[in-house]
Amino acid sequence: MGGGRCFAGPLHCFSLQRRAVDGSLLLMQVINGLQLGLLLFMVASGLTLVFGILDFVNLAHASLYMVGAMICAWLSYLVGGFVVAVLLALPLTALVGWAIERWVARRLYARNHLDHVLATFGLILVLNTSAHLLWGPEGIPVALPDYLKGQLVLGDDLVLPKYRVIIIAAGLLAALGLFWLVTRTKLGMLIRAGASNRQMVAALGINIELLFTVVFSLGAVLAGLAGMLITPITEASLGMGNAIIITAFVVIIVGGIGSIKGSFVAALLIGMIDTLGRSFLDVALGWVFSANAAENSAPAISAMLIYIIMALVLAVKPQGLFPPKVR
Amino acid sequence: MTRSNWITTLVLAALAVVPLGLYYAGQPFWLDIASRLVILAIAAASLNFILGYGGMVSFGHAAYLGLGAYAVGIPVHHSIFGGLDVLGLATSNGWVHLGLGLLVCAVFALITGAVSLRTKGVYFIMITMAFSQMLYYALISISTYGGDDGLTIMSRSELPGLTLDDPVQLYALCFGSLLVVLALLRMVVNSRFGQVLQGARGNPQRVTMLGFNIFHYQLVAYVLAAMVAGYAGFLLANFTAYISPEMMDWTRSGELMFMVILGGVAVLVGPVLGAAAFILVEELLSHFTVYWQLPFGLMLMLVVLYSKGGLAQWLRLNQSGPGGGKP
Repeated sequence: MGGGRCFAGPLHCFSLQRRAVDGSLLLMQVINGLQLGLLLFMVASGLTLVFGILDFVNLAHASLYMVGAMICAWLSYLVGGFVVAVLLALPLTALVGWAIERWVARRLYARNHLDHVLATFGLILVLNTSAHLLWGPEGIPVALPDYLKGQLVLGDDLVLPKYRVIIIAAGLLAALGLFWLVTRTKLGMLIRAGASNRQMVAALGINIELLFTVVFSLGAVLAGLAGMLITPITEASLGMGNAIIITAFVVIIVGGIGSIKGSFVAALLIGMIDTLGRSFLDVALGWVFSANAAENSAPAISAMLIYIIMALVLAVKPQGLFPPKVR
Repeated sequence: MTRSNWITTLVLAALAVVPLGLYYAGQPFWLDIASRLVILAIAAASLNFILGYGGMVSFGHAAYLGLGAYAVGIPVHHSIFGGLDVLGLATSNGWVHLGLGLLVCAVFALITGAVSLRTKGVYFIMITMAFSQMLYYALISISTYGGDDGLTIMSRSELPGLTLDDPVQLYALCFGSLLVVLALLRMVVNSRFGQVLQGARGNPQRVTMLGFNIFHYQLVAYVLAAMVAGYAGFLLANFTAYISPEMMDWTRSGELMFMVILGGVAVLVGPVLGAAAFILVEELLSHFTVYWQLPFGLMLMLVVLYSKGGLAQWLRLNQSGPGGGKP
């Protein structure tokens, strides 16, 4: 199942003229890091939301990222437009999430984390093979409509690809929407209450099962949206979920499992470190070691960088940067 | 002889006789299957030691399998193509491969275990997974050793009196190793050390109050399990004559975990039963359809949802139930 070089690889597909760290390249990579961070947040926030409220570890969460991307890619051929495809694919992904919660996850809430991990591992195989069965083994490329292509010229030296700006805007919007939902609405109040005391919320006459289904589907939609947004840059492929799930885990471990704020901060941190590490680590190492040694060791070290950061954070704060208060 | 000893003997006797019988009857295919089965059973037995007896749900055990295998592949590669001849390590001498593999596994387990064991529960699951994935990405980025594509091992490890190119001798080594590993693990589990470890799984507070430093016991167990898995990796590399980062992908770790659960947690012969069931079903299903992972995944989910205690429970092997040492 290995898959590509790294899920982040294709996200860096600007034609890089490396070596010197000039200003516009640095800016470009910061934009890339921001984009990766926000996509990671969309995947990780659902994971952390589901864990925080349902106490449920869902390995198959990233399969929803893949399913969302696949449905979107398929629809964009069917209806002939990316934006319409996204709008149609979002409720469909929610439906998949709903079905998984209803038939699989719900039976597991009362079990231990080991059972969650194993059952959702089986679920990954089922979802990935189903996608293989439905859409074939090849990745599906997705074309952007003309009005989303091209560059945004913001100044003499400042030219940004339009679609990347849209991804970042969409990611920020999703994050803001999620914060608003959780902190300012009745549903969010119930979600927070459910996270701290499940029984009490149920005893107050709230339909806790419905609440769980809503939270799970919300997580599915967020992960699916991330998958859909990235498809025009990479493509929709079967292995994309398996590649991002571990990074999403790193994000929620660093952020503190259950904390949405933590996963936001950690996602941006990890996205930025990973992107900048891959682009500039050889240059940075070159300041200390010989150019040759730097050139040789940089790829391996930059691949390990986010895990080293994770280990360092855990050495200082074993519960992550923003440990949940209760539990 | 108790029922459990009787069935254990029967299973091991079948593994000793049947594959060789079929091999000499002109069915070499089954010896291949049995070799893989026995090697993975060794790795699963080491995982069962920390997961079943020690209560440490490690989701990164395949990393050690991979490290053990790379400790064969890399020295052989350099002994043939030159380069990196440090301390005479570029050799096809099996003792060097074995020593290097065990050492590297022990060091990696000591470092990552010391970080991971500071955390509990779902954090531990995710961190062990992340560390193994770190190795996976690091090896993918090292193009000298084939990167994504892996590396063919041009000559197998040289051991005195053994020709590992001969499948029968290789199988004899694997099977003999399985017996030794099972005996060793049984000894450790029943020792004072093993009793403390099992006590710490059941009631960490009580064991701490008795004056034991749980962290040290768990770390030693973690390192020991890693070394046994590394040994299995040494055998695996000599069996497949091929190494690739894919060997340590997190899905491989998940499979090892499943073998343990399928066979029955904290039962000595459980991993052997689990590995046998896992590999035979996989072989059978993949014979019928390319989409074999769909029924396989469903089966895994059903096993988690509806069976408690795995095959061992079904065969009534564990006298004290799946809880093991609990009263």
